[in-house]
Amino acid sequence: MIHSLFLINASGDIFLEKHWKSVVSRSVCDYFFEAQERATEPENVPPVIPTPHHYLISVLRHHIYFVAVIQSEVPPLFVIEFLHRVVDTFQDYFGVCTEAAIKDNVVVVYELLEEMLDNGFPLATESNILKELIKPPTILRTMVNTITGSTNVGEQLPTGQLSVVPWRRTGVKYTNNEAYFDVVEEIDAIIDKSGSTITAEIQGVIDACVKLTGMPDLTLSFMNPRLLDDVSFHPCVRFKRWEAERILSFIPPDGNFRLLSYHVSSQNLVAIPVYVKHNITFREGSSQGRFDLTLGPKQTMGKAVESVLVSSQLPRGVLNANLNPSQGTYTFDPVTKLLTWDVGKINPQKLPSLKGTMSLQAGASKPDENPTINIQFKIQQMAISGLKVNRLDMYGEKYKPFKGIKYMTKAGKFQICPYNTPFTGFSLTVLTNQIHVFR
Amino acid sequence: MSASSAFNDEKGGSSSVGEPEYGHDPASGGIFSSDYKRHDDLKEMLDSNKDSLKLEAMKRIVAMIARGKNASDLFPAVVKNVACKNIEVKKLVYVYLVRYAEEQQDLALLSISTFQRGLKDPNQLIRASALRVLSSIRVTIIVPIMMLAIKEAASDMSPYVRKTAAHAIPKLYSLDPEQKDQLIEVIEKLLADKTTLVAGSVVMAFEEVCPERIDLIHKNYRKLCNLLIDVEEWGQVVIINMLTRYARTQFLNPNINESLLEEGGSGDKTFYGSDEEEDEDEEEKEKKAEAAAMAKRKPYVMDPDHRLLLRNTKPLLQSRNAAVVMAVAQLYFHLAPKAEVGVIAKALVRLLRSHSEVQYVVLQNVATMSIKRRGMFEPYLKSFYIRSTDPTQIKVLKLEVLTNLANETNISTILREFQTYIKSMDKDFVAATIQAIGRCATNISEVRDTCLNGLVQLLSNRDELVVAESVVVIKKLLQMQPEKHSDIIKHMAKLTDNIQVPMARASILWLIGEYCEHVPKIAPDVLRKMAKSFTNEEDIVKLQIINLAAKLYLTNSKQTKLLTQYVLNLAKYDQNYDIRDRARFIRQLIVPTEKSGALSKYAKKLFLALKPAPVLESPFKDRDHFQLGSLSHLLNAKAGGYQELPDWPEAAPDPSVRNVEVKESVPEWTKCSSREKRKEKKVEKPFYTDSEGESGPTESADSESDSASGSESSSGSEESGSGSESEESKEASESEEEEEEEEEEQKKKKKKDLKKPVQESESEQSSEEEERKHQRKSKPRKSESESESDEDEESESESSQSESEDSESEAEVKKKKKTAESKPPPKPLKKESKKEKKEMSLLDLDDFEPAPSPQVTPVNTFLSNSLVTDLEGLSLSDSVLSPATIAPSSALKSYELLHRITGEGLSVEYCFSRQPFSPDANMVAVQMQFTNSASSDTKNLHIEDVKLQSGMRVKEFPEIELLPAGETATAVMGIDFCDSTQAANFQLCTHTRKFFVSIQPPVGELMRPVFLTENEFKKEQGQLMGMNEITEKLTLDVKCRNEHAIVQRVTTAANLSRVPCGSDKECSPPVPPPDYPVHRFAGRTVTSGSLVLVTVATKEEGAAQLTVNCEKMVIGTMLVKDILQALTQ
Repeated sequence: MIHSLFLINASGDIFLEKHWKSVVSRSVCDYFFEAQERATEPENVPPVIPTPHHYLISVLRHHIYFVAVIQSEVPPLFVIEFLHRVVDTFQDYFGVCTEAAIKDNVVVVYELLEEMLDNGFPLATESNILKELIKPPTILRTMVNTITGSTNVGEQLPTGQLSVVPWRRTGVKYTNNEAYFDVVEEIDAIIDKSGSTITAEIQGVIDACVKLTGMPDLTLSFMNPRLLDDVSFHPCVRFKRWEAERILSFIPPDGNFRLLSYHVSSQNLVAIPVYVKHNITFREGSSQGRFDLTLGPKQTMGKAVESVLVSSQLPRGVLNANLNPSQGTYTFDPVTKLLTWDVGKINPQKLPSLKGTMSLQAGASKPDENPTINIQFKIQQMAISGLKVNRLDMYGEKYKPFKGIKYMTKAGKFQICPYNTPFTGFSLTVLTNQIHVFR
Repeated sequence: MSASSAFNDEKGGSSSVGEPEYGHDPASGGIFSSDYKRHDDLKEMLDSNKDSLKLEAMKRIVAMIARGKNASDLFPAVVKNVACKNIEVKKLVYVYLVRYAEEQQDLALLSISTFQRGLKDPNQLIRASALRVLSSIRVTIIVPIMMLAIKEAASDMSPYVRKTAAHAIPKLYSLDPEQKDQLIEVIEKLLADKTTLVAGSVVMAFEEVCPERIDLIHKNYRKLCNLLIDVEEWGQVVIINMLTRYARTQFLNPNINESLLEEGGSGDKTFYGSDEEEDEDEEEKEKKAEAAAMAKRKPYVMDPDHRLLLRNTKPLLQSRNAAVVMAVAQLYFHLAPKAEVGVIAKALVRLLRSHSEVQYVVLQNVATMSIKRRGMFEPYLKSFYIRSTDPTQIKVLKLEVLTNLANETNISTILREFQTYIKSMDKDFVAATIQAIGRCATNISEVRDTCLNGLVQLLSNRDELVVAESVVVIKKLLQMQPEKHSDIIKHMAKLTDNIQVPMARASILWLIGEYCEHVPKIAPDVLRKMAKSFTNEEDIVKLQIINLAAKLYLTNSKQTKLLTQYVLNLAKYDQNYDIRDRARFIRQLIVPTEKSGALSKYAKKLFLALKPAPVLESPFKDRDHFQLGSLSHLLNAKAGGYQELPDWPEAAPDPSVRNVEVKESVPEWTKCSSREKRKEKKVEKPFYTDSEGESGPTESADSESDSASGSESSSGSEESGSGSESEESKEASESEEEEEEEEEEQKKKKKKDLKKPVQESESEQSSEEEERKHQRKSKPRKSESESESDEDEESESESSQSESEDSESEAEVKKKKKTAESKPPPKPLKKESKKEKKEMSLLDLDDFEPAPSPQVTPVNTFLSNSLVTDLEGLSLSDSVLSPATIAPSSALKSYELLHRITGEGLSVEYCFSRQPFSPDANMVAVQMQFTNSASSDTKNLHIEDVKLQSGMRVKEFPEIELLPAGETATAVMGIDFCDSTQAANFQLCTHTRKFFVSIQPPVGELMRPVFLTENEFKKEQGQLMGMNEITEKLTLDVKCRNEHAIVQRVTTAANLSRVPCGSDKECSPPVPPPDYPVHRFAGRTVTSGSLVLVTVATKEEGAAQLTVNCEKMVIGTMLVKDILQALTQ
C-alpha cells in the first residue's frame, strides 16, 4: 500500500518525508516535478503519475502537494481519500495546515503519521482516537507529559479503538454540555445571460460541534426530510433508522465533525437568490469597451445577501479597466486580467452597480469572448432548500444539554455564463452553412 | 585586487600546511563543525538520566529524519533508549529504529529482546505495539522470531493484538517470501476471526500474500458479508474489492439472459402489484425483479450468497469515504444484474462534489461505465456540465462523459453546452471540445450535418489550434459521406486563401485531392494556386500539394498535366529530401515512360483506393476489462500486483463450500477436526437446493409479502421450506444475522443430536420442541424484524445500551418490545444462549422471568458479533455478579468450560473453590466438574498444550482414565495467574478429541483471605495511600443495606475475609455512630502476596463509600468495579 509520503511546497522543496516501508529515495519526486512543469496550472498536475518503479499519487491542499509513493496496485481513491484525511487531521490539530505549521510541529506530525498508517495501511484515522494517542500541541501538553511520562502506559493508547463506537473517545466530561449544528447549503448554478437557469443544484452539509459528557445518543429529525435526495453519513449515523424513519440517530464523536452531507436534486426547483444584469461590450475598431453590471436580490425570503464578491476573467485584450462602483471596492489585475469587485451587502433599495470603460490593446481586434461572471455570497439564517430541523433529542444521559442550530446559504460554483441564445448553428433545424454562429 | 589575491595565496598556503578542512571554505567548515558538535551533544543528551533531555534529543533527531537528513550515526546512542520508561521517548525511538534498522542490522538486534519482552506484557496495547515495531524492523535475521511472534499474536485474546498480527503478515512476507506457507496458515486462522477489528486487516494481508487462495474465503464469505458494515472504512474497501473477485469466480453472470429478464420484469409487476403497491421502495423492486427473474427464467437463478453480497454492500454507497463508495460502485458494476446497477449513479455523482483529485478518479470510472451503461447516468447529465473554474483535466474528462451520454434526445442540449465551451480561453479544452463534437457527429447521424456546419464555422476562428482541430475533425467526418458534402469541400477550398495553419492547409489539400471528383472545377484551380505558392509552404503542406497534384493528374490529366509537372519539378529541387524523394517516386508512378515498370498500371488504384473512414472512439472503450476503481484501470495499464478480474464461470461451482459448519458457533478455541469431516459428509446435499428449491420463495412471496415486506428472498425461503424439517432450519440460518445463524445452527445441531439414537433426557427434548414451536409461531413477526438488516440491529443495541431506562423514546421501546416478543427465548448473552435451560437456571431464568426487564435483556440478543467479542471480557464479570444477587446463598459461582454440545456430550464446568491449593501455594485452585452425557464412555481426560502469558503456570489435574456415560467426576487443578486476569488457554483432551478451552479468572478470585485485626488493618491502610488507594461513592442497593447483605455480597465478589469490627471500640475512644457501621475486608493476592484492603463505610440512606487499598493498582481498580457492581445491584 502506501510506501512513503513527501510534502512539497509551492516552490518545489520537499520539506518533509516519511517512509513506512523501506526508504524510497526522494529522487522519485523528480517525476512529479516533471509533471508539474508540464501542467500549466498547479491544479492540473495529474493526481496519479506512473514512474518506472513506483506510482505517485498526490493531492494539492493549501498550496502543499502531498505525494504518496506506492509500489503496487491499490485503489487510487483509497490513497487520495487517505491523504485528504491526513490534511484534515493536520488542520484539526494545528488549526491551519501550512508549511510553517507543519514545520513547527514536525514531531507531532511524525507521530501522527506513524499512528495513522501501519505498513502503509490505515490504522487509526478517527480524530477522536488520534487525540487520545497524541494530544494536540498546547503548552499544557508538555506538563502532562512530564507527569504521565513515568506512569500509566494504558491511558496513552487507543482505548477508543477497542470500543463499539470507535469514533468516540471514552470518558468525556464537560461542565457546559452543548451541541451545535450548522446547516450550510451551497448553490451551484449556471445562469445564462437572460437570467434563466441552465442548471442549479444545492449541496448541503450539517456540521456539528458536540461537547457532551458521557455517551449521549442523539436523534435529529427534519420537518421535510424528503427534500434530501442523496445523503452521505458520518459512520456514527445508523443507516437503517434513516432508511426507515428518516431520522438521524447517532452517538456523536466528541468535538467537531461532519454529520451529514446531502444533495437536493436539480429536479427540484431551486430558488436563485441574486440576479445579475450585465452588459459588457466591445466595439470593432475602438480601443474602448463598455462595462455595466448591476446586482440585485431575488428570492431571499427577506434575508439580507451578504459578503457578495463578483469576479470575472476579462478577455486578454483588455489592458485596463476604469470603473466606478456604487459601493464596495474593485480591483483589476492587468497581468491575470482578473476583475474582482467586493460588494459587501446588497441593499435592495439601492442596488449595487459597477460601471465604466475598459481600455483595449491598440490595434488588436475585438476580443471574441464575453467573460463569465462568478459570484460569491452568503445568506445567514436561511437554508435555501427550505430544509428545517424539527427537533433534537438526547437519550442515554441525564443532564439537559444546550442545543443550537444555525442555517446558512452560500454560493458554491455560481456563475453567469455569457450567452443566452440557443446555439443556432448546432440546432437541428438549421442546416445551411451560411450562418455565422460563433458570434 | 592584488591584495586580495595575495591574501588568498597566503591562506591557501597555510591551509595546505594546517587544517585543510576548515581552511578553504570557512562557511561550510563552520556548519560542518557545529553539526558535528550538535550530534555530539545529542548523544550526550541521550545518555543522560533525565527523560526531558532524552525527549528533547529525540525530537530533534526525528525532525532531522523528517527533513530527510541522515541521522544514522546516532544509532548506538538511540537504540540504548529503546527500553526507556517515558512513552514519548519510546515512541520516538521506535520511529528512529524503524527508519534505520535496515541499515544497521547488527546494532538493531540489540533492541529485539525489549520487544520480545513487550510481547508478553499483560497489557494488550503494549503487546500490540511491540509486535508492530518488531515486525517493522526489516532485519532478515529475526524472521523466525517474527514468525513466532505473529503466530502467537494471532491467537491472542485481544482482538487489537490479532489485528496487529494481521498487519505484520505482509511485512514479514515482503521480508522473506519463503515464509508464505506458514503465513497462509496464520491468515487462514485470522480469517475465521469474528471481530470487525480484525476483518479488514486480515483481508488486506490475504490480498498481499495469497490472493490466489480464493478457497480460504469460502467458509468466511457470509461472515464477511455480514460484518462488512461494521468494519472500519479502509477495511471495507479492501474487503469489497476482494469479494468482487471472489464473486466473479463463484457465481453465474446475472446478465446471462438479459432480454428474458426484461420481459419477465414487466409481466410480473401486474402479477404482484396488488399486494405490494403501498410502499414501493427500491428494496422491494429489487425483490420483485428477483422474484420475477426466478419465476420466469429457469436457467439463471441468483445464488442467495450473491444476493447477500449485493444487499449488504448497498448501504455503503452512503459512506462519507469516497473510496468505499467507489468500491461498492465497481462491485455493482461488475456483479449486479443490469437492472440494479443504476443505484450507484447517484452516489458517484455525489462524489463529483469532492476534491478535484477525487473527481478526477471518479470521472475516469464514470467515463468507462457510461460507455457500457449509458442509461445509468443520463438523468444526471447536467451534473457533468463544465464550469469555467474546473481544472483542465477535469474538464476534458467531463467532456468525455458528456460525449458518451449523447444520444438523439439530448444531443441538442449537449451541443448547446459545447457551444459555450468553444468560447473558453483554455485552448486545450477547446480542442478537446471540437473532437467531442466530431465524435457526437459520427455517433448520431441526425446531427452530423449540423455539427459539420458548426465546425466549418470554426475554421474562421482566430486561434490556430481551434482551426487545425476543426479541419482535422471535419476531414474525418467528410470521409464518412463525402458525396453529400461537395459544398463543404468547396467552402474549405476557399479557405486555403486565408488559413495559415500548416496542419489545416494540409488537411484541406488532402481532402480536395481525395474527393477531387466531387469538386472537378475547383480542384485544378486550387492546385494552380498552390503551385504558385509552393516554395513558401511548410513541408507537410508541400507533401500534400504533391499528393493533390498526383491525384489530379490521374483523374483529370488534361487540365493538370502541366501543373503537375511544374510542381514535381519544384519538388525535385526542394531542400527537404523527403519531398525530393516523394517527387521522384510519384513521378515514376504516374507518368508513364518506357522504363516505368508494371506498377504504373496500378497507380490509380494506389492513389485513389477507398480509404476507410476513421473510427472516432472513446479512449475509455474496453477499459472495463480492468477492475474499475483500480490503479490499473486509471492508467489503462496493468500495475504491479494487479489481480485480474476473472470472467464469470460457465457453470457455478458448488455453492455448498460456503456453508458454515457448526464450528462457527462454538468458541473459536474449539477445533473439531474429526467432527468436521463427519459433518461435511452429512451436508453433502447443497445448502441451497437447486432450482426447484429456489422456486419456493417465489410461490410464497405473494402470500407472505405483507408481513415480510422488504425481507429478502432468502428469508422467504425460510418459510417456504418449512415443509421439510431439515431444510427449513438449514435455509433459515443463512439469511440471518450471525448470532441468529448460530442460534439456528445450534438448533440444527441439536436436531442432529436428536436424530442420533441418543438417550437424552425427555425433559430436554421437550423443552427443545417447545422452543422450536415458539420460534415458528413468532415467525411472521420475526421476519418483520429481520427485514431491518444488521446495521439497524446493531445500532438498536447500541442505542438502547447507552440509554438509561427512563428516558427512552417511544419508538425505541416499541421496537424493543417487538423484538422481545419475536425472539421467544431472550438470552442475555450469546455464550449463555448455548446452555440448556437446565443449566441456565442459576443465571438467566430467574433473572428475567419475574421481570418487566426484557427492556434490558433482549438487547443483548441483538448484540452484533463484534460487540459481543468486545464485551467478552465484561461478560464474565457480569455473570459473576448475577448469581450473587439472585441467590446469595450460592457462595461459589460455576462457569462453563465446555458445553455439552461442543464437547459432544462431554460438559465441563469449573468454579474457583477458594480452597488453598496444596501442591503450590501461589496457585488458585480451580475445581472442575466433568459430566459425560454422551452415550459412550469418555476415556483419558487430561490437559495438553497449555498456552499462557509469561509467568503463569498451571498444575494439571491427574488424568481421569474413565468417565462412563451419564457419570460425573470432579478434579482440581491449580493455576498461577500471576495476579492478572489474563486467561489460561489449554486443550482438554479425551481419547478421541481435543477441545480448546480457556479459563479467565474474575479479579476477586486472585486473592485469598487473610486475618487482620482492625488496628493492623488501619496500619496497613496507612501505608497504602495515594496512588494505591481508590475511593468510590455509591448508593447501596435497597436489598443490601444491612450488614449481613453487604458482607455477603463483598465476599461473593472477592475472596476476602472480614476484619472483625467492634475491635476498634477497644482502642479508639471516639466511637463512630453505630448506625453507620464500617465494614472492612482483607486479603492477599495469591501470587505476589500483596495486601488487598477493602473498606465499605455506610452512611445515611444507603449512601456508602467504598475504598480499596492495594499495591497493585490494576487489581485495585478492577476490584472496585466488581464490588461496586455487587453492592449496587
